[in-house]
Amino acid sequence: MKRHLLSAADLSRADALLVLDTAAQLAQVADRPVKKLPTLRGRTVVNLFFEDSTRTRISFEAAAKRLSADVINFSAKGSSVSKGESLKDTALTLEAMGADAVVVRHGSSGAPHRLASSGWIGGSVVNAGDGTHEHPTQALLDAFTLRENLAGGEGDLTGKKVTIVGDVLHSRVARSNVLLLSTLGADVTLVAPPTLLPIGVETWPCNVSYDLDPVIPESDAVMMLRVQLERMTDSYFPTAREYSRRYGLDNHRMSLLSEQSIVMHPGPMNRGMEITADVADSKRSVIVEQVANGVSVRMAVLYLLLGGNAPAETPIDGPLEGI
Amino acid sequence: MPRIVVTGASPLGGAAVDIVIDGDRIVEVVGGGKADTGGARTIDADGLVALPGFVDLHTHLREPGREDAETVESGTRAAALGGFTCVHAMANTEPVADTAGVVEQVWRLGKEAEWCEVRPVGAVTVGLAGQHMAELGAMAASAAQVRLFSDDGKCVDDAVIMRRALEYVKAFDGAIAQHAQEPRLTEGAQMNEGVLSGTLGLRGWPAVAEEAIIARDVLLTQHVDSRLHVCHVSTAGSVELIRWAKSKGINVTAEVTPHHLLLTDELARSYDPHFKVNPPLRTQEDVLALREGLADGTIDAVATDHAPHPVEDKECEWSAAAFGMLGLETAFSVVVESMVNTGLLDWVGVADRMSRRPAQIGRVKGQGGSIAAGEPAHLTLVDPAATWTVRPTELASLSRNTPYRERVLPGRVVHTIYAGNPTVTDGTAERTR
Repeated sequence: MKRHLLSAADLSRADALLVLDTAAQLAQVADRPVKKLPTLRGRTVVNLFFEDSTRTRISFEAAAKRLSADVINFSAKGSSVSKGESLKDTALTLEAMGADAVVVRHGSSGAPHRLASSGWIGGSVVNAGDGTHEHPTQALLDAFTLRENLAGGEGDLTGKKVTIVGDVLHSRVARSNVLLLSTLGADVTLVAPPTLLPIGVETWPCNVSYDLDPVIPESDAVMMLRVQLERMTDSYFPTAREYSRRYGLDNHRMSLLSEQSIVMHPGPMNRGMEITADVADSKRSVIVEQVANGVSVRMAVLYLLLGGNAPAETPIDGPLEGI
Repeated sequence: MPRIVVTGASPLGGAAVDIVIDGDRIVEVVGGGKADTGGARTIDADGLVALPGFVDLHTHLREPGREDAETVESGTRAAALGGFTCVHAMANTEPVADTAGVVEQVWRLGKEAEWCEVRPVGAVTVGLAGQHMAELGAMAASAAQVRLFSDDGKCVDDAVIMRRALEYVKAFDGAIAQHAQEPRLTEGAQMNEGVLSGTLGLRGWPAVAEEAIIARDVLLTQHVDSRLHVCHVSTAGSVELIRWAKSKGINVTAEVTPHHLLLTDELARSYDPHFKVNPPLRTQEDVLALREGLADGTIDAVATDHAPHPVEDKECEWSAAAFGMLGLETAFSVVVESMVNTGLLDWVGVADRMSRRPAQIGRVKGQGGSIAAGEPAHLTLVDPAATWTVRPTELASLSRNTPYRERVLPGRVVHTIYAGNPTVTDGTAERTR
């Protein structure tokens, strides 16, 4: 693996499988009375969040703590955009504190890339979501969840049909998922109104459809993206009702899914907008499972970036204390 | 001031001559080695190409207001090092150059600095706000003799204001230099809209936002029979539109920046804001169309859009960074790489696009002439065979935001002579006055 995780494109198929396999091993920790491994004792992980995201932050925090790392939460609201402390000064501060890994969430696309390539910090950079660019650990947890539910928890996702529905244009989750899931062999279809698809989407490694209904029966998984209401005032679609009617997942559409198909959502959900409450709470929904898997996958990422030893060299089957 | 004899120079790439300068004029051009050098200061230009001093239609000198980024003094010194003997200072200063007072101040600072002629560009609208026409007549009649008006940085997007401005400047042979950018289509825009902007998650600046304004403006210009200049043309479609307008006899001229002749949007992959500029770097297809347009004369001039910014405005995340890049000291070399070494322009063409035509567009008397006896002595002597490595800290500009850091560029400005004064000798700015 590379030293940083900035984009899902940084992961080769072998890298991605390594993360998923490692995550599967580490997931066992969650079932123990003491949910902790000594692996990263003495290492410092900084959660650098320029944007509010309690869910992602606590997921990384739990992951780092289960590996016994020291965790520093740095909530740097207001970047240089709002004349707060600059990205550079924040980075230099963290470097002075000796951060081994910096988990960064930022409203500007490419900010983690800047941190990793500027020479301001020496540690590994993990992109925890940057602007409308990428969110690679979300894609990893989604791939993990898909594999658990559709592929018996091992191997890749060859031939699995995954449909991602909604605001692709502004979605870092969609970008990372298209890259990672296609790397893992899945057959990805994006569904959105044309206004919410980026220029050039036809060059992405996926299919594109403006209609949800024909895609549903063939999907092994449907991932609904959050659609923000302000997109309506920007004329991306006429009304919330029209959006729900054309692109929302309700009971009727869910009934067209095949028996084993699952429903996913990266959260937070707009119940009643892109997904109805009934669907979100149905037995097909793996949304809560996604959250749990997020911790395992992030443990694997931190372990692989900071531990330095791949499981191939340091077997982690059997008792986990060894890693 | 002693006479100056430039020996062995090759004017526009022709046979070697000696050029004799007395005062601010060229007094004699004779075959190489034939001039009388007695008592004169000689400048050895053996192997160098002599070109008329370059005229930049688009320079941000940042004074008044942002003297931390550039001053008239530092910017014009950089201009001299880049081979320029005249620059047009853009109006988006603080305060905005929208009154006779501000344009005269900039003009006077240029005169005092003496590195090159400074021609202020006046704002079209008060405060660049696009609402009310500025006192264009007062600026035209001032000591600065303003002939080009631009809200550069902002588009005069209101069609009525644009129409009125185009009409109004006819009274004093002015022209509107339009920054063609439809504002609604480019809200929050960060880079060229295309496959790459979608991948990088950066808000797109579509080509149509430039082309729609150019199409409207050439039609307005035709309608009111005025004169339009299009700033920093960046797309293949814009070249097509301007070619069409010229074929219809519409009085439109256009400029292209050196960076749009050489660099593409691929550089945004680095998320390094040194490649963030407005209009944005476009695709290779656009680059080739711009080169072709400049070669066939559809595009009249190379203009730098020299845009200095302090370090902190570039040493940050992409979306927080300022738009713009330095250009004065690298313009000639970039033209050599993109136009001369590719066989698209010869030295006559370089002189035309970097000196003669921009001087005409700016109505700059005494610049952009030929290298002949009786002409004003504005000369740039260049070494086409030289190469150099761009080092931001070695540039004369107060700012360092060059996109060519550590890049090796061909062609080097060796000497610049402005109004008979050597401002640059052996690549070094000199102050002998």
